[in-house]
Amino acid sequence: MAEFEPVLTARWGNPDAASIDGYLETGGYQGLRKALDMEPDAVIEEVKASGLRGRGGAGFPTGTKWSFIPQNTGKPVYVTVNADESEPGTFNNRELLERDPHQLLEGAIICAYAVRCHTLFVYCRGEFVWPGTVLERAVAEAYDRGYLGEDIQGSGFDLDVMVHRGAGAYICGEETALLESLEGYRGQPRLRPPFPAVEGLYKSPTVINNVETLSCVPHVMDRGASWFASIGTEKSTGPGIFSISGKVERPGNYEAPMGTPARELIEMAGGIRGGKRLKAWTPGGSSTPYLTPEHLDTPMDFDSVQAAGSLLGTKAMIVLDETDCVVDATLRFTQFYAHESCGKCTPCREGTWWMERVLRRMEAGHGRTEDIDLMHDVGQNMLFKSFCALADGAVSPIDSSIKYFRDEYEEHVRLGRCPLKDEGRPRLEAASPRSGGTTGETAQELPEGRELSLGEVLA
Amino acid sequence: MTEAGHLRVPQWQTGQLAPVAAAREDVEGPVLTGDARRLAERTIAKYPVRRSALVPLLYLVQSEVGWVPRQGMREVAEILGLTTAEVEAVATFYTMLKLHPCGKYVVSICTNPSCALLGGRALYERAKEILGEQCEHITPDGMFTLEEEECLAACDKAPVLAVNYLFYDRVSQELLERMIEGIRAGHVPEAARGGVPGELKDVSRTLAGMGSQTPPQPDTVPAGEGEGGGAPGG
Repeated sequence: MAEFEPVLTARWGNPDAASIDGYLETGGYQGLRKALDMEPDAVIEEVKASGLRGRGGAGFPTGTKWSFIPQNTGKPVYVTVNADESEPGTFNNRELLERDPHQLLEGAIICAYAVRCHTLFVYCRGEFVWPGTVLERAVAEAYDRGYLGEDIQGSGFDLDVMVHRGAGAYICGEETALLESLEGYRGQPRLRPPFPAVEGLYKSPTVINNVETLSCVPHVMDRGASWFASIGTEKSTGPGIFSISGKVERPGNYEAPMGTPARELIEMAGGIRGGKRLKAWTPGGSSTPYLTPEHLDTPMDFDSVQAAGSLLGTKAMIVLDETDCVVDATLRFTQFYAHESCGKCTPCREGTWWMERVLRRMEAGHGRTEDIDLMHDVGQNMLFKSFCALADGAVSPIDSSIKYFRDEYEEHVRLGRCPLKDEGRPRLEAASPRSGGTTGETAQELPEGRELSLGEVLA
Repeated sequence: MTEAGHLRVPQWQTGQLAPVAAAREDVEGPVLTGDARRLAERTIAKYPVRRSALVPLLYLVQSEVGWVPRQGMREVAEILGLTTAEVEAVATFYTMLKLHPCGKYVVSICTNPSCALLGGRALYERAKEILGEQCEHITPDGMFTLEEEECLAACDKAPVLAVNYLFYDRVSQELLERMIEGIRAGHVPEAARGGVPGELKDVSRTLAGMGSQTPPQPDTVPAGEGEGGGAPGG
């Protein structure tokens, strides 16, 4: 691999980069200047030509998304930046906001110019009190220097930006739930179609892009689509920031060309902690199926990871080593989904709730062999049956752990306890169950023989 | 810690419904007066549609009261021309809007796997031990509310603890003890980024869109240790 120069994280070592002066001194807002000299449609074409795909998880081509925005509908066009990063294991948006907020802002302004939007919202995760504050400061500076407001840099283009703070709900990272939330409702996803490009915020055409996606845009405009497309793979172009966490020596964000093999990325993070052996890893956060050491040579691009049986998602690699219990980790992820399910769709609301209970029983050593198939069966009844993909994400760790670590589930049943429990490993199960009740209390309330199987209850 | 994961007959099947929660506490109004009212109108004016200001206004209530009582919801409903039920439906959806009296300092500890793998769960248990029985609601001195948090998007700094949503990196049990001691004595330690966290009221004001709670400042050295791994660019 040719020497790779960081692009998105190039300014991270520079403490002044978060200020507009620091940003301008390091080539900032050059991409915007070029964009403002072009016709909006030409900007869209350039972004299309770059091959940039959305980094929020779905990998949809960004330029194509912009081109879907209908013009002259009599309604305003909105751009909404999705800064509600909360997929477990994902933390590059936070660092992009904290260390280089103007890069995001520049990308967002270019996007607004291209789709002829004059009001832009940044939906910033509520827990991001500080990253949101850094961004608000950047917005104020940009107004001050004429990069926002009326007649931006003498181009005649007007744009207002507002930072809207979320209030603690994972689901609001889902684009239609985000719009609901921004409109002042419960953050529950909408049925599509209509898609946000046609009927989004306030029923107007709306572009929703992720922080990392928009942070790529200034570079596409400044250095050109073909330069951007020369990085990465043919179908997953450009650089990407990989969030690596869990049992590696140096958890962190690492920038590399899209398509860099997982093995190299884990090496960048110092390898497996304490020289232990890798057991399982997620390529894109907890919503993407686990992969195993066998998959370490998978290039981390959208198509290769999919071919390997998972998804690139948000490029968040959570690493488990040989001493970690996959059942326990899966239980914890499931507790997350049970907690974060918005409750709108029955398969998700009920499925995550029951899955947590079955997994808790399994991890506690009271599971039965048939529970393994039961979980797979419940998963099949959750997949693709809801308005959004939260339930699909919830099934990912369960199904993939059964696929690759069935023996570990069976070992829990055979031993009547977690086989790794006594080895001093950190416990992963949440302290407070998300589906109500405590396991101890349950055991007392339900005498032997009165345990219900899921099938029985749902029948 | 014994445990068993038996499935439990759902309460709606056994007829043993959980006792109805005690009537929710409330406060005497009005909550939003004078200055706060003006801020509310200013916030509403920032949005193309008034209702978009609903969550910011609930944060504004929280910044006045320290939590979101029904009285606050009634006032927000009146300001926005909604019913109290419509406002409550939204308020109950979001975990950062506190529907019961809360400690001045909300301590959130992430126990999602990226943090739990590096001790997050144990840290949470320890915090619960130090802060006592009622800490998940409010400690008797009114200082703390402890929350088990989902992924805070700072897995590179695991295990992560936040005080009023400002983050502390790689928090050890010893550091946790010192932090809590310090806060009790009125010395809130500086967060890894973003300065010294204010009280929940102050942070709620920031979240309502009323400007920064602390003056802008460059990265500061975390309370625990210096910046370690995660060198950008690798």
